[in-house]
This record gives sequence, C-alpha cells and structure tokens, in this order.
Amino acid sequence: MKISYNWIKEYLDLNVKPVDLAEKIERTSVEVDGVTTPSDGLKKIVVGHVLSMEAHPDSDHLHVCQVDVGEDEPLQIVCGAPNVAAGQNVIVALPGSRIADNVKIKKSKMRGIPSAGMICALQEIGFSEDVVPKDYVDGIYVLPEDATPGDAVYDYLGMNDSLIDLDVTPNRGDMLSLYGTLHDLAAIYDKPVELDHPEVKEDGAAIADQLTIHVDEALSPQYRMRLVKNVKLAPSPMWLQIRLWNAGMRPINNVVDITNYIMMKYGQPLHAFDYDKFNGEDVYVRTAKAGEKLTTLDENDHDLDENDIVIADQKGPIALAGVMGGLDASIQDGTTTVAIESAVFEHDHIRKAAQRHNLHTDASQRFERGVNQAGVQEALDAAAQMMNELADGEVQKGSVVGSSNIPEPAVIDITLTHVNAILGTELTMDQVSHILESLGFEVTVSGDTLTVTVAVRRNDIHIPADLLEEIARIYGYDQLPATLPTGRMTMGTLTTKQRLMRATRHSLEGLGLNQAISYALTTEEKAKMFMMQASETTNLSWPMSMDHAVLRMNVVSGLLDDIAYNSARKVKDVALYEQGRVFYREDGNDRPSEEEHIAGAITGTLMPEAWNQAAQPVDFFQMKGIVAAYLKDMAVNGDVTYEPNTDMPEMHPGRTADVLVHGHRIGFLGQVHPLIAKQFKIGATYVFELNLQAIIDMPKQENQYDVISRYPAITRDIAMLVDDDVTNDQVVALIERRGGAFLQSVKLFDVYDGVKVPKGKKSLAYTLTYQDKHETLVDDAVTQAFDKVSKRLEDDLGAQIR
Amino acid sequence: MSLKDKLSELRQRGLADIKDSSDLKDVNQVRVQLLGKKGPITEVLRGMRDLDAEERPKVGAFANEIRDDLANALAQRKEELEKAVLNAQLAKETIDVTLPGTPVAKGEPHVIQQIVDQIEDLFLGMGYQVLSGPEVEEDKYNFEMMNLPKNHPARDMQDTFYITKEILMRTQTSPMQARTLEKHDFSKGPLKMISPGVVYRRDTDDPTHSHQFHQVEGLVIDKHITMADLKGTLQVLAHELFGDKFDVRLRPSYFPFTEPSVEADITCFNCGGKGCKVCKNTGWIEVLGAGMVHPNVLKMAGVDPDVYGGFAFGVGPDRFAMLKYGVDDIRNFYLNDVRFLTQFTKKG
Repeated sequence: MKISYNWIKEYLDLNVKPVDLAEKIERTSVEVDGVTTPSDGLKKIVVGHVLSMEAHPDSDHLHVCQVDVGEDEPLQIVCGAPNVAAGQNVIVALPGSRIADNVKIKKSKMRGIPSAGMICALQEIGFSEDVVPKDYVDGIYVLPEDATPGDAVYDYLGMNDSLIDLDVTPNRGDMLSLYGTLHDLAAIYDKPVELDHPEVKEDGAAIADQLTIHVDEALSPQYRMRLVKNVKLAPSPMWLQIRLWNAGMRPINNVVDITNYIMMKYGQPLHAFDYDKFNGEDVYVRTAKAGEKLTTLDENDHDLDENDIVIADQKGPIALAGVMGGLDASIQDGTTTVAIESAVFEHDHIRKAAQRHNLHTDASQRFERGVNQAGVQEALDAAAQMMNELADGEVQKGSVVGSSNIPEPAVIDITLTHVNAILGTELTMDQVSHILESLGFEVTVSGDTLTVTVAVRRNDIHIPADLLEEIARIYGYDQLPATLPTGRMTMGTLTTKQRLMRATRHSLEGLGLNQAISYALTTEEKAKMFMMQASETTNLSWPMSMDHAVLRMNVVSGLLDDIAYNSARKVKDVALYEQGRVFYREDGNDRPSEEEHIAGAITGTLMPEAWNQAAQPVDFFQMKGIVAAYLKDMAVNGDVTYEPNTDMPEMHPGRTADVLVHGHRIGFLGQVHPLIAKQFKIGATYVFELNLQAIIDMPKQENQYDVISRYPAITRDIAMLVDDDVTNDQVVALIERRGGAFLQSVKLFDVYDGVKVPKGKKSLAYTLTYQDKHETLVDDAVTQAFDKVSKRLEDDLGAQIR
Repeated sequence: MSLKDKLSELRQRGLADIKDSSDLKDVNQVRVQLLGKKGPITEVLRGMRDLDAEERPKVGAFANEIRDDLANALAQRKEELEKAVLNAQLAKETIDVTLPGTPVAKGEPHVIQQIVDQIEDLFLGMGYQVLSGPEVEEDKYNFEMMNLPKNHPARDMQDTFYITKEILMRTQTSPMQARTLEKHDFSKGPLKMISPGVVYRRDTDDPTHSHQFHQVEGLVIDKHITMADLKGTLQVLAHELFGDKFDVRLRPSYFPFTEPSVEADITCFNCGGKGCKVCKNTGWIEVLGAGMVHPNVLKMAGVDPDVYGGFAFGVGPDRFAMLKYGVDDIRNFYLNDVRFLTQFTKKG
C-alpha cells in the first residue's frame, strides 16, 4: 500500500524527510518497498491555457493551438489529442522540458507547422494508465479552471507528495490504513496523534423502515448499512482524486471514490450499492447456493458455491462479500440512492474466495488480514458524512445493523523480568509501560507485572511473546546488545557419517571431479534410469512442469543432464561428481526412503590436451581408477572386486562392472549405453554410482604401522599366453594364493592380443616382487616359489609361460 | 741451490702449472707430475738423507707445507673446473619457464557447498551440532508443528509440492526444529544445532527463482537465551561469511514460528552502505530471517515454553552466493556448467 507523506503530516507533527520516515518505518514496523515523489525527474511542465485552436492544414486529426503559458507571447503547439479544445487549462511540456521516462521535449515542426512543446496526457508525465480517470485515458488531461497559466503543474496534481510503499506482512493488517499507520508512528516518534471523528448530519426517514438485513453471524460478525438518498454523482474534488491516484486507485465518481478513500483512511473496506436496484427491501448475508452466478464489477462471470459468502437480495447474489460487488446493483449513471455497507467477514472464507475466483482486491486483502473491528461503524458514518458533503446526499436516519459482534480486547499479563530476560535488555518498568501506552494500549502495573489491554485494531496480539515484539521494535533493535549464548558447554563435532561425506567430496575433488548439484526432481523416465534396486516412483501430485515431476532414483541421469547442458554449449571435457539423495518407495507407502548416493560422470578428456601432453579420451579404466582410489580413501574393510554386468539397460553391456565390497554390490561403473548417450545428446560418457550409505555403514580398516623392510626385494617377470576368457582377476588371485610367503605384490605390466598371439589367446605379463622382512632373500628361495607358481598357472589356467 | 730454495722454486712453478691447467684432465696430469711417486717433491725429499739431523726436520716440515699448498691448489682448481663444467651443462638445460604448467585433473567443491561448509565450521566451533533431515517431509513437521495449521494464510498451497495430502517436499529446513525439539533431552544440556539441506518450492525457474534451493536452519534452546544472543550470533555469522566490516541490523518481520520475528540485513557489498542500485539505495541487503521461537512451536514439540526458550534463524546459501559473488541467475547453481563451477576455487 502506498501511503502519502503529506497525509501523514496532516495528523502528526513530524520533522523528518520522507526517506528518513520510510527508513524508520522499515526498521520499526513493516518493510518499505520504496519512496517515490511523482514529480521527480520532470522538468518545465506548466499549466497552459488554450487560447484558440485551429485544424492543421495538412492533417485530419492534428490541431494547432495557441497556448498561454504565463509568458508575454502564447506558444503555438500542435496537438493530436481528440479532446483538446479552446478554453481548457492543460498540461504543457515546454521546450527543453523532461517528461516521463526522461524524454526531452524540443521545439519541432509537425507536418510543416512549428510546435513549441507538447500538451500532455497524464500518462505522459508518469501516471500509470490504471489510475487515470476514464475521461482522460485516451486524451490530454484538463486541469481545473482556476489553475494559473505558467505555474508548475505538480502541486495541482499532487505530484510533489512523497509516497511510501509499505509491504505489509500478513500479521499487520492494521498498517493497511492511514489510521493504523498513524498509531504506529505515534509510538515510534513518541508523539500524540489526534484523529478526527465523523459527525453525520442525518436527514429523511429512518433506515429501519426501508431496509432489513438478515445475517449469518458466523460469516459476518458485523454487518452495518446506511442509506443516502438523492446523491448527485459527479467527479470528486481534486484533493480526493489526488489521494486516490497517489494510492494507486483510479478516481471514478464521488460516491465510489468516497468508499475507497474511507478504506485507505480507516482500513475498512466499504461497498456502495444502488439501493434502487435491490429486489425488495431485504438484504441477506449468506453462503451462495450451488448453481448461483454473479457478474462482478469487472464484468467477469463467476460460478458460486456454498464456500462463497454473498450479499443477496430476494432474487439472488448482488455481491461477492468482501471481495467485489456485483455489476447489477453497482453505482452507475442515474444512481440516486446509495446503500453503504460496512462489515466484517470471516477471513478464511474471504481468502479462499479470492483464491478460487482469482480476485485479489484491496478489500479481500484487508478482510483476509482482519480489519479494525472496533471501527466498523465509524468508517460507515465517515462515508455517509462525506456523501452528504460531497454528493449532496440525504443521509437517512440511523444505521441498520445485521450483526454487531465487537470482540473483547485481549488482556495480557507480562512481567518486567520476563521482558528483560527474553530481550537481553535492562528496561525499566516506566520504559516498557510507556512503549505499550504509546501504541494505544491500556497498561496497569502491579509489582513486577504489567496487565496490558490491547487495542482491538491490533488483532495480531494475543500472548506475551506478541507484546515482546512490540516492546523490542519500538525500543529499537539497534539498541539491543549483541551477545552470544552462555550456559552449559556443548560439543560441536561432525558425526562419523558427516565426516565420511566430507571426505568423499574431498577425495573425488582430488581425483579431478567437480562437484555438481543437480535437480532431484526430474522426468519419470530419467527417474527410473540406472536403477540399483527395485522401487516405485514418487510423483508430485501437482508438478509445475513435467521436467521436474518425479523424484530421482539415481544420481547419474542428473549428471547426464549436466553433461548435455555443457555439451550444448560446446564444453566437451566434463568431469563431475554429485553427492545427493535418491528416493526409493515401496508400494503401499506414501513416503519414500532417502538414501545417500555418490555418482560421477566423465566425458571428453580428463587431462585436456596441452603443448606437452596429448589429449587422452576418457575410458573405462580411468573411471575405474577413480572409483578404486576413492574406495581406498574410504578404507572400506574388505576386498573390492569388479564383476561384469551385462544387464543394465542404460549401460554398455560389455563395458559395465558391478562394484562389490566383500561380495556385496554397492554400485556400478562403466560406459553409458550409446543409445542412451544419443538420447541425452552427449558423447561417450563413463559413469559410476555407489550407495554412499552402504559405504558409510561398512566397517573401516584401522590404520596400522607396517614395518618397511630393510632387506632388498627381488623381482621376477612372467609373461604367459592364456585363453581370452581368462580374466586378470583370476590370474592375480592364483598368483597371490600360490606365490609363497615372500610374495609382496603382483603388478600387471602388459596386455597384448595383437597379431603375434594365436587367435582366442592373449598375452599377459606381470612383475612379481618378493621380499623377506627379516633377512636378505636368497635367489634360490625365489626361484623355487616362482617355478611353483608358474606350474600352477599352467595346470590351473592352461597358461603357456613364455 | 739449497733444498729449501729448490722447494720454493718447485712451489712457484707448481702453482703456475695448476693455474694454467684448463680442464680436469690437465689438473690430473699436473697432480701426478707434482705429487706423484716420481714427482719432484718426492725426489727432493729423497735428498734429505744428506742433510744434518738438525736441518732435516725443518726441511721436512717445509716440504710438507709445500705439498699441502700444492694439493690444496689442485683441489681448488679441480672444484673450479668442475663447477664450470656443471654451469655449462645447466646453461644448456635452460627452459622457458613461462611455458604453461602441465595440466592436472583437479575438481572444485560447488560454490554452495563451500558456503554451507563455512557455515557448518563456524557453528561447530560454537558448539552446535549439524543435523540433516528428510527432504520428503510430513505436512505435520513442515507446517503444523511450525505453527502453521492447515488453514493458515501464510501457508499458500501454491508454493508447495505435495506428493499426497500429508506428504510433501519440504519447503524449508524449519521442520528440523520440530524434529529435533521432539527428541532432545534437555537434562543433557542445551540444544544448539544447525541443519543445512535442500528445500523445494512450487516455482517456475527464472533468474531469481528456483524450485530447488538450499537453506541452513539454526536453533538454540536453553533456559536463558535472549534476543541479544540472536543478534550477536547473526553478527558473528555475517562477519564470518562476508568480513568484519559488515554490520548487521534487525528489522521486524513475520514468521508464524517465531515471535518476535526479524529479518536481518547486512551492509551492502556493492556500495559499503552508501546506497546503490543493488541495495535499492538503502545501503542494506536482506539476508536472512530469524526470531525467538514461538511458544506454540515449543509446546507442540513437548517442550515447556515457561522454562525453555531460544532463537531460530534460517539462511539461504544460494542467496548468499549470489550476493557475495554477484551471480545474476540462480539457475547457474543447478545447471552445472563447468565454466561456472570452476570459478569458485576453495580457499582453506
């Protein structure tokens, strides 16, 4: 809500600049979105009096005007507005002026005729189209007759006022009004505020004889009406129009404008009905019946249901209560009798109705947050008084009151000790009670206890904590000391799991992978790829887009999305890892279980080409090296083995391995199936995914010192031909098992299956290292062990030793 | 010519020869010539037997002195020449040190992870635990126990990804307040925790909105926690993340699960508080929400609000990263362009 600085000053004697006032509000009450002065940035825009007007000789719509701008000679200005006429006072942008959007106006010629400036529409000097009175939307604006040619226009249009745009939190409905804001400012600046109260001049007959209201009090705790006869619809006086458009509302006519003005002033939404359009003299506040319809003021049709509160006459709904009035019974040309409604509607119904009908109005916004229930009649009286004064209306005697439940004010006990204990302050009783009283609350003190009677308008205050907030903010958060909690010591340590998760990230970063964080919500198809265990999908019931509709059950597919994103931007070398959760759901459970996974993906080259290094395209064994090094870092206790997996549909059947620790499968690694890569529009990509939770849960090796032998090691190389289907693992396992007590390590140094070996065979070559920890090994012992293992290789694996 | 004179001459000649030797081979030759078994010194010494017993030790000492001199001169010359050879060799090995280093594969932590780690480390140092909670939450923890009953206006259905009526993607890390409060045994000491994690909102992704982002929740509950403690804690956090020069100010705000509720602003990075476009001329930038835990939240979790109380805060690492590094599009964090990821090198 935009609140006028000048309007505030009419009530509060403040000696602060608008920006300082705004800052104070922001730091003490509610957020401020900005402070604007409509005339800012405008230059040399004055009142002009159109002395004469002629048609342009070469145009069918341009006019040549002689305009008095308070100087010796009139200016000749060519104007294309359809409504320009001699005798009008208009807005003139002089040569050298600046209008909206910093546009500069110069002398020019229009179709050959010199034009010294421009006659402006309100939009051209910065008004939003939404607030320009309907009569002037499609043309220039006409200023009042008493405007003096040559004067700057700003004061005539209220453009020198400063407007403070409040962003009111849901709890502070009271700040959606001048009066609510004044109460807060009075406390902030510790100044008295004198609010004016209406005095209605009543005339004519008693309203009770002309109108009866039937109210469901659960829907509308207060419902009051007044009747004003013989109103004369006309444009509002300038001061009122200015208040409205500066608040962002379009002036319409005096009756409608008065209701909007009262809403801004008191925070109480009002509605004006054309009484003569009522069917009968009975008005009902009830829920709508299924099948009922209403055309609202904005000319939209709404199907109503029993969740909507409506105002109805004998025939049917005439307004969607608290949201928007109906078109049929609205104020229109020819309206002479106005029924003004001032009411309170149950907020939850209003909130839902505004949502359901997509009608978020100034009224609904206020009813949702709650209006000042102690001020409903006053707002009604104020409106009636204004209709009498500004529209010559005869206010009928009395109000008709359908319901009148004004809530009792909240009474809250709070102790000074508690205030200081929670805020960390050393406030005195006087300070605290003064703050609360300055907000308009009644305070009685007894010993350490304050008994606070809260003003009804503050419907957000119910418990002592609410009062603490009032005390703290008015006292000033800047004045609070800054301390750290004291008390019993607590340990701040990461858990084993958290440490291992950090170690996982550090390890993979050390191995060359960048950490990615991808979306956990993906498509159903991608959610189900690269599955490591059977699971149902978990779907959002109302997704925003199908791209993010299902919870992932793998991390790899997100990394492939990332690679695709890079690839589309010509980034060809990508190495990523991600630590994140996958979501497995059992049939029958609504809620999935969440499992920590770790995954990686590499494409292009890991080590990019350089002046001294050729590019080495990624391959299976690079990825395997990364996985092996990572698992070594994690010190899982148990043999890590890799077994071919030919069955994962998204993976290359010949280049995929299950990763097993101690015989338990914890994940997989390998090349993404070329068809899947094609689907993602990426090149050859190698991936792995491991169940991180399983790694976390596994027993870990304890580090232990192993004596480094002082005695020399002896190495023997062995090369052999074996059948193609004999694996490295088989050979190594056999050598390790049969290598004798001194065998320290077996290292593969060559694999060859080229033309020099017979078909169906391959050549493998290993270096065996022998060492005795306690004495120098003798050659004979090694030879003996080596011969023994050579023999076993021949016997068990059919190897031909070369 | 006396032996002594002979020796003196020998020394002079020898030193000249050593000086003239031009390479290691020369030096060796001179050494053999001068000091070898058939060399002149040996010869001179051999003549000593003809001397008086009185003279003999004097000449002997003189001869030894000369031999040492020559040996030292030889060693010195040898070292000089060796050094020259080495220098020539090293000169030949000269490379262009401005050529680029050989690339090594190295990964970087995600920028958001870096900020989360930094926050974690800070609070670990102050005795907080780090807890993580489920991303798929119950309505009960995400909303109801956070003082947002089913019809609460602040609970906009539009913002939440529901899976069923009661199960949803958590919209905030605050449910960890309720979960932790329920379990904590206050007889063992105060509750001090932070809870980082991923949260979800039903938003269309654009430069300032992401349906997935991060939050770090903080919660301290004990018998004597004050709002001043909250202010001090947030100050420490701002100083840690942004630097000592940054001030923190608190403003009133509204969250259903805290009362009083505040938003915290820090000095604008861009202008240092003078006012600029980034801070909309206020000199301040909003960075987090906080407050004193609402008594209803404590009550619902079975904690007596008359005995215990404290503060809670929620910070957004995504927003921090955007502010700190001037990232203009939040989607960058989740699209993982390596040119983006590798910009944020880890420092310490």
